[in-house]
Amino acid sequence: MTPIYIVAGLALVAAVAVIAIYNSLVRLKNHVENAWSQIDVQLKRRHDLIPNLVETVKGYMNHERETLEAVTRARGAAAAASGVQNQAAAENALGGALGRFFVAVEKYPDLKASQNFLALQEELASTENKIGFARQFYNDSVMRLNTKVQMFPSNLVAGVFRFNRAEFFEIDDAAARSAPEVKV
Amino acid sequence: MWEQIRANKRKSAVLIVAMALLLVVFGAVMGEALAPGGGWMLGLMAATALWFVMTMVSYFQGGKILMAASGARRIQKKDHPQLFNIVEEMQIAAGMKSMPAVYIIDDLSPNAFATGRDPDHAAVAVTKGLLAKLNRDQLQGVIAHEMSHIVNRDVLFMTLIGVMLGAIVMVSQVALRGMFYGGGRVRRSRSSSRGGGGQAQAIMMVLALLMAILAPILARIIYFAASRRREYLADANAAALTRYPEGLAQALEIIGGDARPMARANQAIAPMYIHNPMQLAASSAFSTHPPIAERVRILRGLTSGASLADYEQSWRRVAGESADTLPASALAGAAAVPLREAHADSARTPDAKARLRQVGDALRMLDGFLFIPCACGLRLKLPPDFTGHTVECPRCHRRHSVDEARQAQA
Repeated sequence: MTPIYIVAGLALVAAVAVIAIYNSLVRLKNHVENAWSQIDVQLKRRHDLIPNLVETVKGYMNHERETLEAVTRARGAAAAASGVQNQAAAENALGGALGRFFVAVEKYPDLKASQNFLALQEELASTENKIGFARQFYNDSVMRLNTKVQMFPSNLVAGVFRFNRAEFFEIDDAAARSAPEVKV
Repeated sequence: MWEQIRANKRKSAVLIVAMALLLVVFGAVMGEALAPGGGWMLGLMAATALWFVMTMVSYFQGGKILMAASGARRIQKKDHPQLFNIVEEMQIAAGMKSMPAVYIIDDLSPNAFATGRDPDHAAVAVTKGLLAKLNRDQLQGVIAHEMSHIVNRDVLFMTLIGVMLGAIVMVSQVALRGMFYGGGRVRRSRSSSRGGGGQAQAIMMVLALLMAILAPILARIIYFAASRRREYLADANAAALTRYPEGLAQALEIIGGDARPMARANQAIAPMYIHNPMQLAASSAFSTHPPIAERVRILRGLTSGASLADYEQSWRRVAGESADTLPASALAGAAAVPLREAHADSARTPDAKARLRQVGDALRMLDGFLFIPCACGLRLKLPPDFTGHTVECPRCHRRHSVDEARQAQA
């Protein structure tokens, strides 16, 4: 009689462990998805701010047509990109273009003093930060999920229920990493 | 960070139970001393009831009460876009689902605190002085510290334990008074009717008197020790969130260097602030916060990375010993966390004076002040009870129509 109880007890413990691991995997996966949607929200916000910015500065920056066009072009490319890797690359290019734009702004003291521009600049700088922090949280979440998917014994549960590793939102280029910092 | 919250919850539960036991035993001893032979039951029930009511009120209304007690005003994004943006940035970095309410306190002493029982019912408050004195990076560090308190559930914990401290203090004051006025009479009548009972009750009295003095002190030591450890943890999390420990270090130096005490601070909310607003002695069992110089040294010691493991290492180097600042589970398996550079725009103007003016204007706007920009560059600020229909610019003597401006602002 006793062996039956022991086997039943072990099965129960195993079932509880599997449920616990499964639930924690689901939770981590949801974290990753939420984090990604947060990045998305902030990227869209940046895309929405840029036409506004270009409109505001056009009157002041007659000699920077090219810089402005580069920003507009990069914005278009970024808005059209899809997939984690493509989007990351396009957004990095946009960040770089914006960085060059804000360097060019240095030459226009009138523009720098304009209330409208200052408000826009705070918005854009903060959006850059938010993108950075959302990416930071996304990557942290991805790391946690991937660790869980790879480590024993949760990898067994992950294999059975098809939990896959998630992709990091990387910035390869060191220059692109520093460029989004607004320099005014 | 989640492992760390779980570890915190366990420790908090132990501390809360310890405090609750202290309160209940204390109540029972008091009851027995004041009314021998069954009084312990009454005392126990009274202490428990008091604790229950206070806990319920503080759990559901605590945030609002704290904000009202400190004279904080709720702001929207348009009132102070930068502060609002920084809070939003830290909300995203911490992965919080909802945006905390943002408050400004009209006080020149630089300080900040957070309230809320969980991340969905949170609020952060900063003083006018803090907004004036700190640049963007420094302010970000402070907000990150406050948000860490919210995410770590420190606010909930400190509220629950603070309420128990309050209950213990109240019981001890009631008991001490009762002993002076009522207790003596009871004891005399009892001791004359029953010989042996008098001695037992005298011992109970002494015990009660001792507890009335010691229990609040013991409770305070528990409360403040818990508070100090959580300050370190919140600093560590703030460094990990912003990836820029220097910002918080600079902010702490500025805050610590300001000797101005807050006008509307009180002891119950002191541990909630980033820096004790009551300015107690440097460091003792009664400090709510670790010494600022030490916190700054630890933050400055984060030269290779901003992860919790890095903080633990730096903490050891500075404090020269090993203590359970951070739970081991939070340190294991954490990847390297790179540091970042300062924001270029943090070095630039507006200077402290301009920032102070900006916050002052935001508060005036909330108070219903009317702003009239004059062509000479001056901005007229009319209080809400201004009754005239026109006003003259004090610099260039142009006349402005108050009614028109009021319509334009509305």
